[in-house]
Amino acid sequence: MAAKTIISRPIYGTLSPQPGKHHLFIADAEGALAITDMAGKAPPGFFDGAEIVFIPGPEGKHAVALEALKPAQLHIAPSFASLLPRLKHTLTNAHMGLRLYLAGTEGLIGQAMQVALEAGIDNTSIETEHRGSLARRVQCVHCKGITENVTTQPATCSHCGLLLLVRDHYSRRLAAFQGVCINAEDRSESPPIEEAFP
Amino acid sequence: MSTGTTKLDVVVSDVVPVNDLVTRFHFRRRDGELLPTFSGGAHVVVEMRDGDRTRLNPYSLMGSPLDTREYTISVRRDDAGRGGSLFMHRQVKPGLEMVISYPVNLFSLDLRAKKHLMLAGGIGITPFMAQTSQLAGVGGNFELHYTCRTASLGTYADVLQQRYGNRVRLYHDDREERIDLERLLSSQPLGTHLYVCGPAGMINWVRDRAASLGWPPETVHFEHFAAPQPGAPFDVTLAVSGKTIRVGEQQSLLEAIEAAGVDPPYLCRGGVCGQCETNVISSDGKFIHNDHWLSEEDHRSGCKIMPCVSRFEGKSLVLER
Repeated sequence: MAAKTIISRPIYGTLSPQPGKHHLFIADAEGALAITDMAGKAPPGFFDGAEIVFIPGPEGKHAVALEALKPAQLHIAPSFASLLPRLKHTLTNAHMGLRLYLAGTEGLIGQAMQVALEAGIDNTSIETEHRGSLARRVQCVHCKGITENVTTQPATCSHCGLLLLVRDHYSRRLAAFQGVCINAEDRSESPPIEEAFP
Repeated sequence: MSTGTTKLDVVVSDVVPVNDLVTRFHFRRRDGELLPTFSGGAHVVVEMRDGDRTRLNPYSLMGSPLDTREYTISVRRDDAGRGGSLFMHRQVKPGLEMVISYPVNLFSLDLRAKKHLMLAGGIGITPFMAQTSQLAGVGGNFELHYTCRTASLGTYADVLQQRYGNRVRLYHDDREERIDLERLLSSQPLGTHLYVCGPAGMINWVRDRAASLGWPPETVHFEHFAAPQPGAPFDVTLAVSGKTIRVGEQQSLLEAIEAAGVDPPYLCRGGVCGQCETNVISSDGKFIHNDHWLSEEDHRSGCKIMPCVSRFEGKSLVLER
C-alpha cells in the first residue's frame, strides 16, 4: 500500500460494488484477486452486468478465477496497449450508470484512469485497488520521455540517459511520476542506485 | 458580515411583471460602471430595508454572464412567506437605490462535463437562464427539462424555447405531463453532469434516482435555497459576546444575532453554503434543522446549527457567538 507523501501522489482504496447499470473492470496480474475478493461483497447477479478486461502479465495466472465469476464478458489482453482501442470504444459508447473499477499495478491503474478522464469520468468516481508490483511509470521532466516499470531510485531515463530522482509528484494527465535529474550540478556524481519500488 | 463579499451600491433600473406570480428586477451600478463578472448559477443577496427591519434574501442572477451592464433577478411572490418577496413586489420601483452583495456561485457548471443535463422546477428556472446563456455562448452541449404548473406560470418557457428550440423540453403539471426520469437518466452519454433546481421534493427525487442508477455524486449538482421558516419565538444566549437575545416569530436566528449587533459570517442565507455554521455550547430542547449543509450526524449530535434557516424549541440554547 502506497503511503501518502505529497498531495498529487495517488492513494488507492479497496474495490467495493457501486450502484450502477454496467460495471467495467480493468485489472492486471494480481489485480484479479482484488476483483475476486470484492465478489464476496457483491449483490447476487452483480456480474451479469459486468465486463472484465484482464492482462494476466508474465506469470499468466488468475484468468480462471475471473472466469468463475461468470461476468457478462471476459476479455484477456496481452498488454495495456492492445486493449486501448477496445477500452476507448467502450467508453465512447457508454452511458451514465457505467461504473469503472481498476485493480493491479500503479501503471495499469494510472493509464486506464487517464483514458477514463478523457471520457469524462471524474477520478474520484473510479474505484481503485493497488495489487502487485510497486513499479512506476516515470516521465523525465527534461526530455519528456516515459520510462515504464521503474523499480530503482534513482533511475536512468530510457530516452535521454539522465540519472533521475523519481519523485512522488504524480501527473494524472500523463499517468506518470516525475523524474528529475539527480546530478545536474556535477554529472560525475553517481549516488547509489537502490531497489525502491519492487 | 458577508464573508469575502463587498457590497454593491445599485439602482433599480427596471421592474417587469412576467406573470401572475413572478416579477423581474434589473439593477445597475449607481456609479455607471460595469458590475462584477459572474458565472451561471451565481446568486446575490439583496438587502431590503423595510422601515426599521432589514431582510437579506438570496436570488439567482438570471441574465447572461456575458453582459455585466446590469444584473437581473426574478422574484416569485410568496403570500405566506416572511415578507421578502412581498416587499420586492410592492415596494421596489424603478429608481430605488438598493444594496446587493457581490455575486457568489454555489451552483456552478462543471465545465469538464461532456454534456450538461438540467432539470428545473418552477422558479428554479432562474439559475438555468444564466447557465444556458453561458453555455450557448461557447457552443456548450446542454439539454433543459423544465416542469411548471401551467403554461401561464411557465416563467420564461417561451423565451427559452425561442432561444434553444428542442434543447428545451417542457412538462405541465395541469396536463399531467411528467418527466420519464428513469429513461432520461439511463440514456445520457458518459461524462454528463446533472443539475437540478426546484422544490425540495423534486431535488430529493432526482438525487435518489440518479444515485441508484449509478450517477456518481460528483456529477449531480443541486441548489435549493431554504427560506427561513417562521416559528415560535425562542431565547438564545450568545456566549462569546455575552448577550441574550430573543428570536421573533418572523425572524431567523441569524437575523436576531445581527440585530443584537453581532456580525457572524454568512454567504447564502439559505442553508446551503456553510458559512454561518455555529457551535452549540449547551442546549435543553429540540432543534429544528432546515439546512442542506450539516450531515444527518451533525443534526443528531446537537452540537451545530445553521442560524440562517434553523430554529430551536425548548428551555435554553447557548451558542458560541
